[in-house]
Amino acid sequence: MKYLEEFRNGPIAQKLAAEIRRAVTRPWGIMEVCGGQTHSIIRNGIDQLLPPEIEMIHGPGCPVCVTPLEMIDKALAIASRPEVIFCSFGDMLRVPGSEKDLFHVRGEGGDVRVVYSPLDAVVLAQKNPDREVVFFGIGFETTAPANAMAVKVAAQQKVRNFSLLVSHVLVPPAIAAVMSSPKCRVNAFLAAGHVCSVMGYWQYPPLVEKFHVPIVVTGFEPLDLLDGIRRAVLQLEAGKAEVENAYERVVSEEGNRPAQALLADVFEEGDRAWRGIGVIPRSGWRLSSKYAEFDAEKKFSVGDIHSVESPRCRSGEVLQGLIKPHQCEAFGKDCTPRKPLGATMVSSEGACAAYYNYGRFVPVDALVQT
Amino acid sequence: MCLAVPGRVEEVFDKNGIRMGRLDFGGIKKEVCLQFLPELEVGGYALVHVGFAISQIDEESAHKTLETFRTLGLLEEELGESSPEQKRA
Repeated sequence: MKYLEEFRNGPIAQKLAAEIRRAVTRPWGIMEVCGGQTHSIIRNGIDQLLPPEIEMIHGPGCPVCVTPLEMIDKALAIASRPEVIFCSFGDMLRVPGSEKDLFHVRGEGGDVRVVYSPLDAVVLAQKNPDREVVFFGIGFETTAPANAMAVKVAAQQKVRNFSLLVSHVLVPPAIAAVMSSPKCRVNAFLAAGHVCSVMGYWQYPPLVEKFHVPIVVTGFEPLDLLDGIRRAVLQLEAGKAEVENAYERVVSEEGNRPAQALLADVFEEGDRAWRGIGVIPRSGWRLSSKYAEFDAEKKFSVGDIHSVESPRCRSGEVLQGLIKPHQCEAFGKDCTPRKPLGATMVSSEGACAAYYNYGRFVPVDALVQT
Repeated sequence: MCLAVPGRVEEVFDKNGIRMGRLDFGGIKKEVCLQFLPELEVGGYALVHVGFAISQIDEESAHKTLETFRTLGLLEEELGESSPEQKRA
């Protein structure tokens, strides 16, 4: 496909990797924020192309992984109601709640459906006026405009049997939380290119200044990732900390203004709990009071569900880049994609699933030596 | 989740007051909401996420980036980091 294949060119990838090897003189930890980038790095073996000085630290940018257990339990409670058609992206169906997942609810007779776009859920509500259609609105800034548009369209067309269970999370507060941790090993960030396609990168200069950390806006194809890493290394080696855009064909500094305007209308900022990490101040979006009637949490009064996490799952440490997936005792044994303990093993963006699916059961150095 | 795929706009139309389009993704055609890209027209490329075009692909910048990649490291090769045999080949 155009604008994908060209950025998967093997010989050029080798050149970029050689540039990185040439530039690096000491160890650096670089965090790719987005789980989609984690998967691309592992699938394409980019971590194995890099010199041993560079460690890729996998970030918390997997929306399915960080959606709090409490929110999953709320989704399960709502989806179990007989009048509800519960719609979600496919990834959420196998995420374990306290006792079960959405697949179990479907097995018990719940009407749980996978939709491609949130607008499909609005159409479903129009076609089923005697039912309540609820869409599970999770995701980062990339997905939020689509969910905001679904609410806006439902409001305009007076589709009152549609509502959104909202658990949106934001990248900049997550970067600040990672940098503020006393255990932080991150020297530079690859900012998630598709989040930036919506939000631009005007939010990053204050973070760069506060934490003196380079932030490079980076795409998802192998050449994009290698170029992002190369630029981060060049900055680190030169002692610089700047915002740089390595995904110019898609991202502008200002981002998508019409999308940002709709987000500001439909959502408002609020504190949000991240699964495995805890509450990060002002790190999420919830529906603004203007659209309160579309808030599924209020509509179905599930506000008082509180859940407790399995003590055996170390996904919180994985999501903060403190351990690699294979360093968890349960990895590949008691926890597999078929029987996951935590969401990082479920999602197509979870670091544990990436390590499992691409056979990373041992550290990269061990792979290189054998 | 933040996966987005580039597609080429084949048709732009209005559906219940919403700007929509038909995009081609390497042979697969899909209906996509274009509300966030009011200036995107037929023939342009956009990045699509969960049924919404979120960013128009700047084709000139894509070519420029690839050109930069192609010239990377060439200077060092010219200056003799590679062996004479490789240079002749």
